[in-house]
Amino acid sequence: MTAVELSEPTHPAVSRPTTGARAARVLQRQGALVILVIVVVSAKFGFDRFATTRNVTSIAEQASFLGFVALGMTFVILSGGIDLSVGSVFALGGVLAAWGSQHGTWLAVLLPIVVCSAIGLAQGLIIARGGLPPFIVTLAGLLFARGMVLAITDEGSTTYKVPTGSAFRDFAQGELLGVGYAVWIVVALFAVGGVVLHRTSYGSTVLAIGGQEDAAALMGLPVVRTKVVTYAMSGLLAGVGGMMIASYTSSGVTILGVGTELEVIAAVVLGGTLLTGGSGTVLGTVVGVLLLQVIKNVINQVGSLDSSWQAVVSGSILLAVVTVQRYLARIERQ
Amino acid sequence: MADAGPARLPTLEAIDEKFGPPEQTDQPSGYFRRMVDADWLRRNGVYATLALLIGVNVVITDNFVSSNTLRLQLVQVAPVLIVALGMALVIGTEGIDLSVGATIALAAAIIPLYIGYGAPGAIGLALFAGVVTGSFAGLLVAGVGVQPIVATLGIMVAGRGVANLLGGEIKSIRDPAIVSLGTDSVAGVPYVVVIAGAVSLVVWGVVRHSTYGRQLVAIGGNKRAAELAGLPVKRVLATTYVVSGVLAALAGVLLAARSRASDPTKIGLLMELAAITAVVVGGTPLSGGQVRIVGTIAGALLIQVIGATLIAHDIPDSTAQMVQAVIVVAAVYVQLGVRRANR
Amino acid sequence: MSNSDTIVRTAHTATAVLETVGVDKSFGGVRAVRDVDFSLAAGEIRALVGENGAGKSTLVKVLTGVYPPDAGEIYFEGEPVTFSRPLDAQHVGISTVYQEVNLVPLLSVARNIFLGREPRGRLGLVDVDEMNDRARAITSRFAIDLDVTEELGRLGLGAQQMVALARAVSVESRVVIMDEPTSSLEAREVATLFEVARNLRDEGVGLVFVSHRLDELWQLCDSVTILRDGRNVHSGAMADLDRLTLVSMMLGRDVDEVVEHGATEFGDSHLQGRDPVLSVSDVEVRNRLHGVTFDVRPGEVVGLAGLLGSGRSETVKAVYGALHSQSGSVEVAGRRIKPNSVRGALRASVAMLSEDRKAEGIISDLSVRDNIALAVLSRCSRAGFVSESAIDRLVETFVRRLQIKVSSPRQKVRELSGGNQQKVLLARWLCTEPTVLLLDEPTRGIDVGAKSEVQALIDELAEQGLGVVLISSEMEELVEGADRIVVLRDGHVEGELDGATLSSSELLAALAGDIATADALAQEHADG
Repeated sequence: MTAVELSEPTHPAVSRPTTGARAARVLQRQGALVILVIVVVSAKFGFDRFATTRNVTSIAEQASFLGFVALGMTFVILSGGIDLSVGSVFALGGVLAAWGSQHGTWLAVLLPIVVCSAIGLAQGLIIARGGLPPFIVTLAGLLFARGMVLAITDEGSTTYKVPTGSAFRDFAQGELLGVGYAVWIVVALFAVGGVVLHRTSYGSTVLAIGGQEDAAALMGLPVVRTKVVTYAMSGLLAGVGGMMIASYTSSGVTILGVGTELEVIAAVVLGGTLLTGGSGTVLGTVVGVLLLQVIKNVINQVGSLDSSWQAVVSGSILLAVVTVQRYLARIERQ
Repeated sequence: MADAGPARLPTLEAIDEKFGPPEQTDQPSGYFRRMVDADWLRRNGVYATLALLIGVNVVITDNFVSSNTLRLQLVQVAPVLIVALGMALVIGTEGIDLSVGATIALAAAIIPLYIGYGAPGAIGLALFAGVVTGSFAGLLVAGVGVQPIVATLGIMVAGRGVANLLGGEIKSIRDPAIVSLGTDSVAGVPYVVVIAGAVSLVVWGVVRHSTYGRQLVAIGGNKRAAELAGLPVKRVLATTYVVSGVLAALAGVLLAARSRASDPTKIGLLMELAAITAVVVGGTPLSGGQVRIVGTIAGALLIQVIGATLIAHDIPDSTAQMVQAVIVVAAVYVQLGVRRANR
Repeated sequence: MSNSDTIVRTAHTATAVLETVGVDKSFGGVRAVRDVDFSLAAGEIRALVGENGAGKSTLVKVLTGVYPPDAGEIYFEGEPVTFSRPLDAQHVGISTVYQEVNLVPLLSVARNIFLGREPRGRLGLVDVDEMNDRARAITSRFAIDLDVTEELGRLGLGAQQMVALARAVSVESRVVIMDEPTSSLEAREVATLFEVARNLRDEGVGLVFVSHRLDELWQLCDSVTILRDGRNVHSGAMADLDRLTLVSMMLGRDVDEVVEHGATEFGDSHLQGRDPVLSVSDVEVRNRLHGVTFDVRPGEVVGLAGLLGSGRSETVKAVYGALHSQSGSVEVAGRRIKPNSVRGALRASVAMLSEDRKAEGIISDLSVRDNIALAVLSRCSRAGFVSESAIDRLVETFVRRLQIKVSSPRQKVRELSGGNQQKVLLARWLCTEPTVLLLDEPTRGIDVGAKSEVQALIDELAEQGLGVVLISSEMEELVEGADRIVVLRDGHVEGELDGATLSSSELLAALAGDIATADALAQEHADG
């Protein structure tokens, strides 16, 4: 049988890519990285205090808390879903950890992990088994978790403090090579996450579900199980993030996390992961998280600017980046 | 032979002559008939629940059946309802508008700032702010093709930042015209309620009977097909976001008028959630293609009554929120039953 | 117990790899499959045919574990089996290749082939290199040349279909069920697919081939099972049947009746020696079309023929403004229409029926009525408000004219059969009172009965003076229906053939690149 070369495909996004299109594709995926580099370089020259070790480690440490949450969200979005509850779960994790630390460090660690994973698990089951849309279920989860936070803090009036001298403080306040433990932990988790995504069947399944769920189901992939695990992990990681920040600040702040879910979604999208799922990287999320944190930091540096500018700039950069991503996608298609 | 003219539509007589009388089409089989009954129940579940809840309250809550209570509930639900109506339109196009809270904050911040132009001037500018955020969203979604959730997310973050910069600290509003708007009534019905009622009527009429409404629903159902049928997709989408923005701004004006203050950090917070909840509970699917205005009104009322019930019985905020969460899930579960059965 | 007219039961020998006995399946009150005995031997290619609604896809879904049967048994290699979900059927060794490629476009070819069964390396992690190597080995067995690391979605539909088949093969299936696998393929790819199928058969695999394309059945299949109204009305050797008998058994009509009406219903052509109603000049779409030029005269049906990728759909879309063209012009009755504007095309009385009715045609949540009136909403509106009575009148006219089977115009369009949905779409375009009608695969995926109705309608519209451009992947439909055929290859117009004297084999020759021969053959045909 002689080799048959299949005819050129007819659908638009499928011709041999021109160099321009290929460049566009790279830029689209790594856009945030480019901006990050630009911002960092300008900041280095613009502000003396930016490029100091202290500032850089501060950025890394602040970013790490969001990083935990963003890692979980990356997998959720890749699977074609979304998790709006992570902000509240993050806060819940913090409050539980702070309360728990008053009764023992082990409790401070276990309580957030168990409770927050349970919330994620419940959401996952409702979404995967019940077939309800993730947007709504996790929206309800957001309300529910926030309600829980209020419930255990006397309607928000109590802020639990981590006792001085508690081992729990060391989690985030301890340092290794001058950088807080939280940063090391989150970096390790991201590394593991990358391997899981690209080299395990769970990862393939997540991508398949996000790419074409019907096909994944027909192929017999464990769709329900994978989704449940993904949402449970998202809850778990959000809880861990909250736990870490409780350790860092030595308290369980109740108003934390409002809007965090949206910030995290922004980080994931900035990193090049498709909101519809099926394509993206864990590394991209790292870039997204760093970018948002660097912006906040830079605005702080300016000092004279109202902190509200952080919001304005972050929002505008998000819009600018996705606009450019869209245009590049269009070019790529032609 | 005839010139190249348009295909003449044949008369009914000519058709009958050629094809014979129309055949008896099959009656829907038993399966469909049974489904219709359950379907009706599910589709109208929100009304049933609302009626039930009101009934329960009449019994167990003191002073529930009083004009004071009624007035209070309606005044409180009015702004949420107005936002929810705009949100319903956006959701009908398979989109979402997360920026409404920020628009409310912007509008509320503008009122005290520009009161120098008189009440109508300040209100006009506040509404214009809604046009601006809506146009921005419309441009991004319809023009550039950015996903609605991301586009309106960016506007929300940036918008609230701008509102904070404009407003700074809490400002009190003392202009008599605006205060009157917030507190006075006409024929016993508070102005804010009248406005909400008028907006509801207009939006309902637009969705049901206007060309724009028909086009909106078609575009939400299948955008590509609508495009190929020559529908002005971009125009309709952009308009929808502008409408949502203006309605949010209107709600912001009413909220500021009622509370006689504008606090940019707090006002309108979580309003997008409340609006989305009302729309979803009211039966409008997130996947677009259908807009249930009456359902949205019922959904907003339902949420309001639930909140009121819990407050009246001294149930803490925390429980109230958890209850609300469960209701949202239950409502969607029931709605999904309708759509699943239709497949 | 078996039923109905002519049953030729295949013996229940030990070589029957997949068998059903007395299977029933109903949905609500509707019996989709009634008491069906079906038998597939190892090393056999069996065709499964029937009109839409005959029960083919339901039977397939029962065989592949998507639905459990209400009654009856399924046997696999002689043993009774129960499938509670598709995975069970797959585990046993039954694979399915669907009409819509059910793979994940964003993942690579190799990943798609091994999804769920990725080869493991150290630490139990996926060994990407091993996976790619094995994928290459499999696809080369198919003699197709592609990059296994490429995103599947970037390949053409034909290649994607091959990958789906490759996946089925790699699983070492004992039974492969192919559900309309060729509807998106063109001749070369169909030939490759058949080659692979025959190889599988020779290795002892049992294949079920479900198809509307009757010609292919005799090319490929050893045996055939015909379903009608949910029952098995015939099982036997393919060679024992001729086309007429097959069709008449499918339709339940007498052989004579079928001959009279014909399976394809195009009538005589009406050639007009007049100015063209549609004039396409030098249309250029980057990477797709190069200088496409042709005319359509009033009352003429012009067929667009070509292999997949030749640019037929692109041409029609570019004319309609649905695909961006860089240069060229389109004139309707002498007036130039605004390029790249669907609304401009509609204003100029051009209408287009899209190839993909699901993605680009039907709005499933809306009623039949709203679907039909979609393109003329503004015409039926006054001062921004819709005139329901105007719509009602329009809709009733077309429901009658096209014989659309609905219980009421307010019925949801998704409840209609494929053929009726297609008629709804045709009604939509006819409402716009077009001068030029562009039809892209108007009879694809609809049953024989509705097909002939649509073909008759096209003929009638041409008689009334419309200019029609017709794209069809069925050779016969094109040959019988078109007055003239424009042949496209790689985005160029290769030439034109006279439809009146053309035969299928001549068209085939033209598509294979030999217009001169085709012309000569046609000349001979006309003379002799």
